[in-house]
Parts: sequence; structure tokens; C-alpha cells
Amino acid sequence: MASEMAQPGFWARVQRASVERLHIRLESLVVLLALSAAMAVLSPFFLSLSNFLNILLATSTIGVLAIAATFVIGSGGLDLSLGSVMGLAGVAGAFVAVNLGWPSVFAVVACILAGGLAGYINGQLVTRAFVPAFIVTLGMLGLARGLALVISQGRAIYGLPAALVYIGQGRPFGIPMPVIILVLTAIVAHCVLAYTRFGRHTLALGDSEGAARAAGIRVEHHRRIIYTLSGALAGLAGLLFTARVNAGDPTAGINYELTAITAAIIGGTNLFGGRASILGTMIGALIMGVLQNGLTLLAVQSYYQQMAIGAVLILAVFIDQYQVRKESRV
Amino acid sequence: MTLLSLHGIRKSFGAVDVLHGVDLSVAAGEVVGLVGDNGAGKSTLMKTITGIYRADSGSIEFDGKDILALDPGQRRELGIEMIYQDLSLAKQQDVAANIFLGREPTKKLFGLFPGIVDKAEMDRQAAKMIERLGAHLPSINRSVGSFSGGQQQTVAIARALTFNPKLVIMDEPTAALAVREVQSVLDLIRRLRSEGIAVILISHRLNDVLSVTDRIVVLRHGRADADLITAKTSMNEVVSRIVGGGDTSAAAAHEQRG
Repeated sequence: MASEMAQPGFWARVQRASVERLHIRLESLVVLLALSAAMAVLSPFFLSLSNFLNILLATSTIGVLAIAATFVIGSGGLDLSLGSVMGLAGVAGAFVAVNLGWPSVFAVVACILAGGLAGYINGQLVTRAFVPAFIVTLGMLGLARGLALVISQGRAIYGLPAALVYIGQGRPFGIPMPVIILVLTAIVAHCVLAYTRFGRHTLALGDSEGAARAAGIRVEHHRRIIYTLSGALAGLAGLLFTARVNAGDPTAGINYELTAITAAIIGGTNLFGGRASILGTMIGALIMGVLQNGLTLLAVQSYYQQMAIGAVLILAVFIDQYQVRKESRV
Repeated sequence: MTLLSLHGIRKSFGAVDVLHGVDLSVAAGEVVGLVGDNGAGKSTLMKTITGIYRADSGSIEFDGKDILALDPGQRRELGIEMIYQDLSLAKQQDVAANIFLGREPTKKLFGLFPGIVDKAEMDRQAAKMIERLGAHLPSINRSVGSFSGGQQQTVAIARALTFNPKLVIMDEPTAALAVREVQSVLDLIRRLRSEGIAVILISHRLNDVLSVTDRIVVLRHGRADADLITAKTSMNEVVSRIVGGGDTSAAAAHEQRG
């Protein structure tokens, strides 16, 4: 009540404008800049163009997965199978290109199709069999990983054709291909989520399934599309990773769902759905990228990096929930 | 002219039979009160009209068309709107997003990409609708979860009225409101009737029902037990039909006092 009377302060107004116009939580932008500044002070290697491109390159796979996580979580769902599906898709693409010897185009299609199919199965199980998304996607995490190991017989598939490797290692105009693909994907995803009916219905669905149903939105149908989309994006991430490391690695993407979900949450996605933005998620993914890159430059063991990511996830959700409680009557 | 007619509507949830063959008809521009005890099946019946629930058997005709097979979105297209007791709002979205949920106007971006939601148009129309209802909201760009109960209900009402409905179903619209707000809802119902829009009003507040309706249908044990002309009935009769006979003068007198 008091907030309706009192004129909001400067910070609050800037915060609101940032959320309304740019779909970005201001806090995450501040964290990104502060983190970058800290890394720049701590490591002489941090501030350079090549390191900047390194960060973007390392972020590209996670970034695509985080876009998938943003759609699913924004709709009130959950996809824990992102990392495994990414691994499966990469192996499927490598299998088509190397073992079957088909042209690279088919390998690209195989990656996205394998991911989309896994997502489609997730969606069917969630909406038709009424198994909770947590269980369905946790099960898919195991299923997809196992299938990736079966297809590749437990070994990485080497010897990808050059055209496929170009998707991961090519540098048109000096910019790595995965970065270009991430940026294009993010732009399209941002427009879809923020400006189309599909995107608005996605958030409404995550906000209140009852309200969406009453408004005439075909809730189950919409959820199936979102899970399929999520799987297809994981497939794209698998393609980028496989092409970059030049191998269909069945263990690729282990624990990536942790980083992807963390990036989405840091970016301002409400863990329980109803609020999400791709621009915010990209900031979140960059924060994760800078964090990992900085810790690597500072020669911190990768075990500690894993711990840092986990801690950041919990911290981000804590801050988000704290703000939600403070601000609204939801 | 009959706008809505239900025949023999049955609905059960597992072993629980909620509706045992309900008949109900509503004429265009008519205000019908639907009363009954808790668990009589009022809300379930309304949800079979809006399509949230699919009736197990029976027929539903609206405007001369059989609508039994249609989903909630298609029924809204035909002009059936409902204001739910829980308001069914997406609380993190703003006023315009809620009013236009499921029916967002679109435009072409740069004249090229179709299907882009026209937010400016939505905001403009939403503001117009809120103003027409004579309501005041702190800001149209705020999430509705930050509004008071009465303000949230204004948004729910605006959503129901924006798309020229033929029938508006209101489930306990006055239960959570202050005295002045109750009066404005009742005035709104009268205004809808004068515009030829039919209203089904579910309410436990029998005074409201008696003052604003043309007809009162009493639902009891999953059946339309009584169909009373409001002008020719009394509080006493309505109460006795709801509880099912016996001496109800004490209860009726209590209701009368409000």
C-alpha cells in the first residue's frame, strides 16, 4: 500500500525501466560489470580481445542451453535433461557424419532432430501421462546419456568432415561461428519470447496455468511445443560442441544443465515461471562465462569452479525470492 | 429468445457425481441468479458452460449452436465469458496482458514479420476499458499481483467485457468486496442487462441476488431444483428451496437483515 503513495526512488525507477524496456534485471548487469572489473584487476590476461572472444566461445554452448532453460522454466516447467540431450545429439550427428558417411547437412539435421525428439518425448510424458516434469526430465537425463554411450559404444567418434568442423571452429570476420550462431539464436528467441503471442502465452502459462486455461490457451499443446523446442535447442548446443571439439563425445554436457539453469535464473527468470527474458539470460550466461574464465585465469582448480556455480545458483534464487516477497502480494 | 440452453448435463469426478442431469436456459439480456448450498455443483456447472470441464453427457446449445465439443477458447470466441471466483489472473503480468490474454492483437514488424504483439494498442484499449468501468488503477503497466483485491477484480471484469460478450458468468463477484464496490458490481450487472448482455450470477448473498436478477435457479444435489421468477418470490422461499423445506423463517429473516 505504502508503495502506491510514496514516489519510488531513483534506483527503483531505473530498475523498473530496465525491466520494462530492456527485459533485463539491472542487478544482473551490475553483477556482470563488477565481476568483469574484479577479474580485470586480478588477472592481466583478462582484458584482451582474444580473451573476450574466448569467453564468448565458451559461453556459446551454455548460452544456447540457457535459452532452452529460459523457455521451459518461464512456462512453469523444468528440463533437467538438457546436458544429456546435448550429449546424445552431438553423438547422433557425429554418427551420421562419420559412421554413416552422410553429408554434413544430414549431421546438422540429425543433431537437432535427436534433441527435438527427446524433448518431444519429455513433453508427451509431462502432458499426457501426468508424470511430473522433474521426474520425466530426470529420467531422460539418464536415458539420453545411456543412449549416447550405446550409439558411440562408449568412445568419442572422431574424424568429422571439414564442413561440420567449420560450424564449431570457423571464424568468418574473425568471429567464431558458435558465437554468431548463439547471437542469432538469442535474437530470434528474444523476439519470440517478448513480442509474440507464443511468448506471452508461455509466460502466462508459467504464471497461472488456470488463468491461461480459462483464457482459452491450449495449455497441454503449448507445453509440448516448449519441451520439443527445448530439446531442439539442446540439439543445437550439441552440434556446436561436437563441431568445436571435432568429436562426438558421449560424455559431453555432463552437469551443463546446472550451469544453464543457473544462467537463466541469474538472468531474472522466475524459478516458478511467469517471468523470463532472453536478454537477461544472456547476461546470466555471460556472468557464468566470466566467472569460469576468470577462475581459470587465476589458476583455480576446476573442482572449485563447479562449487562456485552451485553456490551462485542457490544465491541467485535466494536473492530473487527475497525480492519477490518484498515487492508483491503474489 | 433463448441464448443458452442446457439439457440433462451430467458430470462426475471419479466416484463423485456432482451434476445429475441439469436443465437450464438463459435468454438474451436476462440476469439469472444461481444459488445453492456449498457443494451443490454451481461452479462445476458453470465450468461445463465455459468448457473448462467437459460434460459427461447432455447437451449445451449457445446461440443456436451445439457447443459441447468446443474448447474454452472457441467458446470465448462465441461470446461466453466468466469471471472466476479466484479471478484467474496471471499475477506477474500487467493489466493489458491479462485483459488480452489469449487474444492479443498483432501487427507486422517493419511490415515484414507477422504475429508481433501490438503492445501499444493493447495498452490503449486496456486503459479505455478500465476507464469505462469507472475504476482507478495505480498504473496499467504494473503486474496485477501488486494490486488490491478490488483492483484485481476490476481487471478480471475488464477482461470479461472487452470482447463484446453475449453471456457473462460471475462466480461470487461480491464475496471479497467492500460495500461500495459491491454496489458498483450490481450496477454493472444492471448496465449489462440494459445492453442486452445475459448474466449468470452465482452468489451466496441472497439480498444481492434478489435485487438484481430476473430469475433465480436453485441448484440442489446436482439438479436444478427450482426456477423462480424473482419478482414473484421471496427470501423465505429461496432459502427454503436451497436447504430443502422445513421451517426456514429464522434463516430467511437473518438473510433479510443482510
